[in-house]
Amino acid sequence: MSAAPKWKKLLRVDVALLILACLLPVVDQRWHFDMVDPMRGVMVFAILALGLNIVTGFTGLLHLGMAAFMAIGAYAFAISSCDIYPFQLNFWWAILFTAIVGAFAGVLLGAPTLGLRGDYLAIVTLGFGEITQDVLKNLDVITKGTQGINPLPSPHVPWWTATGFGMLEFTSEQELPWYWLFLAFVVVAVVVCRNLERSRTGRSWLAVREDELAARCMGIAPVPVKMIAFATGAALAAVSGGLWVSMYSSTGEPGNYDFQVSILALCIVIVGGMGSINGVLIGSIAMLGIANIALPKIASVMQSAGWVNSGSVFGSPNNWKYLVFGLVLVVMMRVRPDGLLPAKLSIVNAKKKNAVEPAP
Amino acid sequence: MIMSQAAVSESVAPVAMGWGDVLSQQLITGVSNGMIIALIAIGYTMVYGIIELINFAHGDLCTLGSFLALTLVGALGMEAWAGLGGTAAVITLLISAAVFCGALNWTIDRVAYRPLRGKPKLALLVSAIGCSFILVNIALFWGGLPMEVFGGGNQAAAPKDFPSLISNENLLGAKSAITVTWRDLFVVIVTVPLMIGLTWLVKSTRLGKAMRAVAQNPTAAALMGIDVNRVIGSTFLIGGALGGFASVIYALYNNTISFQMGYRTGMDAFTAAVLGGIGSLPGAVVGGIVIGLVRALSDGYFEARWTNSVVFGILILTLVFRPSGILGAKLREKV
Repeated sequence: MSAAPKWKKLLRVDVALLILACLLPVVDQRWHFDMVDPMRGVMVFAILALGLNIVTGFTGLLHLGMAAFMAIGAYAFAISSCDIYPFQLNFWWAILFTAIVGAFAGVLLGAPTLGLRGDYLAIVTLGFGEITQDVLKNLDVITKGTQGINPLPSPHVPWWTATGFGMLEFTSEQELPWYWLFLAFVVVAVVVCRNLERSRTGRSWLAVREDELAARCMGIAPVPVKMIAFATGAALAAVSGGLWVSMYSSTGEPGNYDFQVSILALCIVIVGGMGSINGVLIGSIAMLGIANIALPKIASVMQSAGWVNSGSVFGSPNNWKYLVFGLVLVVMMRVRPDGLLPAKLSIVNAKKKNAVEPAP
Repeated sequence: MIMSQAAVSESVAPVAMGWGDVLSQQLITGVSNGMIIALIAIGYTMVYGIIELINFAHGDLCTLGSFLALTLVGALGMEAWAGLGGTAAVITLLISAAVFCGALNWTIDRVAYRPLRGKPKLALLVSAIGCSFILVNIALFWGGLPMEVFGGGNQAAAPKDFPSLISNENLLGAKSAITVTWRDLFVVIVTVPLMIGLTWLVKSTRLGKAMRAVAQNPTAAALMGIDVNRVIGSTFLIGGALGGFASVIYALYNNTISFQMGYRTGMDAFTAAVLGGIGSLPGAVVGGIVIGLVRALSDGYFEARWTNSVVFGILILTLVFRPSGILGAKLREKV
């Protein structure tokens, strides 16, 4: 442990990111980077990817249907809170309900399938994602089909408003309240994930990931352990879906929660480093930064330089996303399969360390 | 198909379709589509049999094959080739797409999969998903080519019309209630010899023997002097070539292609491969035809908007309850 230099111990990625996140609105107000709006998307996807990180990173199960749980969360939030339905919960109860529904859906998918081998499980989750999308689209009696459910409630928070201390109601136009709310959710999610990682459950996840047979020999039952991972991951994904639709006050169409979203979440986890919480945070900034900030900027620069016209297929930044995601996956797997910030608590690494330098 | 049906009955005589005719028609459509799916499924099953990889990119490879075919049709003006020229056009398309897809599949293996041999299997799968996304994006850009067949390139993402080089004429006569077209016949004429040829290749040639050896145990095969990487490369080459054939047949049969069709068709084909028993060639064919029939019957008697869910449901149920499929041997994960 003493091998790491002192400055590295002081450098804590999570704390640095939190400070930067707190400074961003101030800097943004002063110099107008327009970063607050895209950062909200980054934070929602960070929560989604933290959920995926539990399943794929900690437990080693490739999950290709995370978007389904995001969709389930979105619709659970919408149906429990929208005023065209009888429940009409407020934001906080609806989010809680969303998390429970998400966890339940995770168990429902996991119960029959978690005994399957790795690549089969991946395909089952993919199929689940597609079926969920179809069901949401086709059951338009309940889900309003492609119109989406709206309007949805926003949170009320005790805060200083224009008229003094009172209840602040969020609206879709305001950016900052949402920014702080999502930041708070990300912080809570990170703390939950970190504590889970260090808990008995979390260590069983890692044990199952590293060697299922050895884990069984140590008295860990793999299926229940995987089930908890599935449920927790699904709950986080559902919460991210609930937050997302609350901000837009509409679920949008079911096609928004497609395979591309699941793969974006996977890219985030792989770029950041599977099983590394800080990695997921960095990964979500990197991936969404590329997809939602860098690509549109590059496209507008190229258009103003006259290299591409806006009508051509190359002119729209959306048309480059598949290529970027694909290249990220292929290149990362070849060059740096552990990601940008590899997980510290890897059992394999721990073994290697002991082998190289025995304890003093 | 449905459209041509309506046109025929309007122009000739009002033919009432009994339930038996409707069913037969669905079965014919189902088998034709099923043969195409089977041809793609063989590509999945061969690769899975030899390196245990679900080659995600295979469906999108077929998309590129049909885009190449459409480009050739536009560049060589094949719509005008009449009579024997039409046959020549179809053969040209089949062969060029097969060569292109085979070479591309080999290259993908060389660049994206071979460096990952011996790494965890999930790394390979992730890399395959990445390749799939890259191919989808290439197809999207390809659709933006400024050619007339691509609609001038203004609507890159829109589905493209594929000219009907094969007649849609009813072989049973215009008055028949059931329609069997030249296209249905064409599907059978091309796919059946390919499947027989492949069976011969795997069963009776040196390369086929090497393939089976590598599938059984790569280390032992290498010790026997088999160049494992070359054999795996040829597997990708052959699987890709079959996908190339399938892509042209698909385009000629359905008359429409889009950059996203590979995902859908690929999932159908993968489901077929799993249903038949992944790793088994006859299984892929049986599975393909079953999936084709299921799709046709679901479109006809259930609701078309649920068909994809039905197929995915079959996929999940097969994986959960009978992972070895209909014809597959009992699989055991290597520890």
